[in-house]
Amino acid sequence: MQALHFLQALARIARAAPKPAHSARTRQIRHAAYASMAHSSRSSRRTWSRALLHRLRQRQRPGRLLTVRRRVRIVTPITSRPEEPARAETLRQLVPGGRGMEYCNLLEETADYVQCLRAQVQLMQTLLDAFSS
Amino acid sequence: MSSRRSHSRHSNASRITEEEINELVSKLQMMLPDAPIRRNSRVSARKVLQETCSYIRSLHQEVDDLSEKLSELLASTDTDSAEAAILRSLLMQ
Repeated sequence: MQALHFLQALARIARAAPKPAHSARTRQIRHAAYASMAHSSRSSRRTWSRALLHRLRQRQRPGRLLTVRRRVRIVTPITSRPEEPARAETLRQLVPGGRGMEYCNLLEETADYVQCLRAQVQLMQTLLDAFSS
Repeated sequence: MSSRRSHSRHSNASRITEEEINELVSKLQMMLPDAPIRRNSRVSARKVLQETCSYIRSLHQEVDDLSEKLSELLASTDTDSAEAAILRSLLMQ
């Protein structure tokens, strides 16, 4: 469950001692948000969630003087299909793993990604409200 | 969320039907913030995709903003109160 994963991560962040700096904590929370989205049961089978997790794991490697940016193809590349040129370039950049998808899959994945994003935003807002009550 | 797999997707040679694409675009249109107002009007696929991009960007921004706010809250709240708030919101799910 998306909510449980995020709340557990947040509890861990809250308990951390000594308290991290504000910017580090913000980054940790943001990381937890995206990780929870990717781990939620309905999305774990999705291409976007695997691509997102991969991206998150790459960012977690500290202490590298040279970050070698290797574009790992999670999805097999589109074979050239002259009747269906790659469309929706901007959308492909916004949806994790979007570049390797066929147009039809991209649309499906986008719908799922948006639903997860919305749920995450609602969860975070609920949490903020819970703090102030 | 539809998990129906059309038979046409299993073969590389066959094409995804226009109808399937339209259905998926409509589904995206329904998810946009102003969907209730626009329900009956036919919006072009290009427009739907454009607005979906804007919507995704705004959601990303919200995640950033909310992370910032939550971080500030955790800074000023003691651990016990923080955990109580977290439990409360879990019960609200």
